Amino acid sequence: MVGERAQPEVVESIRKELGSDKNVLIQYFGYVKLLLRGEFGRSYYTNRKVFDDLLLKFPNTFKLALGAMLIAIPSGLLLGFFAAVKRDTLTDRLLSSISMAGLSIPVFWSGLLIMLFFSLWLKLLPPSGTGNIRFLVLPSLTLSLPALAVVSRIMRTAMIEILDAPFVATARAKGLSETRINSIHVLRNVLIPVVTIIGLDFGSYLNGAVLTETIFGWDGIGRFTMEGIIKRDYPVIMGCVISGTFFFVMINLLVDILYHYLDPRIRFSEDGG
Amino acid sequence: MKTAGKVSVAILLILSLLSIFAPAMSGYDPDKIDLESLKEPPGFQHPLGTDNKGRDILSRILYGGRISLTVALAAAMSSMGIGLLIGLASGYFGGKADMIIMAFVDLILSFPALLLAIGISIILTPGVYTVMIAIASVGWASFARLIRGHIMVLREAAFVEAARSLGCGSAGVVFRHLMPQCVPLLLVMGGIKMGSYILTEASLSFLGLGAQPPTATWGAMINANRAYISSAPWMVFFPGLMIAVTALCFNILGDALRDKYDLNIKGYG
Repeated sequence: MVGERAQPEVVESIRKELGSDKNVLIQYFGYVKLLLRGEFGRSYYTNRKVFDDLLLKFPNTFKLALGAMLIAIPSGLLLGFFAAVKRDTLTDRLLSSISMAGLSIPVFWSGLLIMLFFSLWLKLLPPSGTGNIRFLVLPSLTLSLPALAVVSRIMRTAMIEILDAPFVATARAKGLSETRINSIHVLRNVLIPVVTIIGLDFGSYLNGAVLTETIFGWDGIGRFTMEGIIKRDYPVIMGCVISGTFFFVMINLLVDILYHYLDPRIRFSEDGG
Repeated sequence: MKTAGKVSVAILLILSLLSIFAPAMSGYDPDKIDLESLKEPPGFQHPLGTDNKGRDILSRILYGGRISLTVALAAAMSSMGIGLLIGLASGYFGGKADMIIMAFVDLILSFPALLLAIGISIILTPGVYTVMIAIASVGWASFARLIRGHIMVLREAAFVEAARSLGCGSAGVVFRHLMPQCVPLLLVMGGIKMGSYILTEASLSFLGLGAQPPTATWGAMINANRAYISSAPWMVFFPGLMIAVTALCFNILGDALRDKYDLNIKGYG
């Protein structure tokens, strides 16, 4: 913070100011006390309250995640649907390899390639920055790729399971058309597990946001985290990691509760199982 | 194993061999700055071009592969080791200890993995070992849960009862009779997880939490070169391609293993 050749007195006074001259345990409990009051301390560099900055940047990350979900969920569902219906054909293998690639390609690489292609070569959209929807398209697209892969894989697995169920055979025996079977009998039963997993997969958006926002200069929580890491601004990093984890756990909880309403067959057992 | 699985094993073997014999393959010092050949596009002299300091990209990728692959592998090994021991203890002894351990495992699994790994690696000084520790301290949880479930079934088996009636103590039963039964399961799960470890390693190095410059890793190369994406795309393209191909091969291998051994594990996180 003060450079390598700072005066010892300066270092000492900063240590006093930050409280890092005290015992580690005292520091720890001091931080926990701060957390319980809903604060994360102040940034070493800007001296702004980390909590205020998080509030300021949260809507941007939310927009990005929403954009990514809007791309990933419909296209993932479609991909998985067709892969399952055309199970074990060339189409299935092709679609499944697309989703496998989506799982394996790091977002910080696909993001750079997307930026190179769409904004530097085709000059269609701005390469980086925060702003209106034009700025949002490329990062959302990048962030959606791994999520799309997860959604389509789950859709395929769930579809195949249901397609083998006896009631589908019954529907077929009744002479119903494949379209009707797929759209009414299968889809309704498939959506419940798929919706759940989409919610549970929210963590991948948080993970991906750190990398995606960094690349596209999108002013959200992910980039805030990365800047904190580069500058070793510990209150910022701690604030980001803790609040990100908090959101993640809360959403998991929400999905667990939602699950119960979506599928009345599922009941939480009394003995905590 | 299906053809795709075999092909990925072959590609992974070739990649590992190339990295192991990097000094013989590359012909350039990966960290040597050469001001005569800055940002050269791929050509005869430098097959994959050079970066902004004139360093040969191919050499840096090969040497970087040594670190990236070793770190992911070491992280997998330590996750497997810790997970095995804790899973054995938790599954065999059951009761209160099991409850506490599993609650802790659930706690770890409910965190977003990359954020947790970032959180762990900022505590330590950035470097190769930090990345390993960060991945392993998140990774062991899924192994522990898997082994624990397996042991809970096995501990009621006839061979365990036989061993015990022959006078074998708890330690003997756990280590001599139960542990070998877990090894195949452990290896399969390890194969499934490797793809995500490769990606986590790459992400942490990309964020600058891994090996420090001038040492090359695939993730760090992308971060260092991303400012030159428009003028010299090859500087970013090839390292990323390596990450993607490696992770893809491990993921395909993982899928093949999962199908073969009929394991229902959620492998990607």
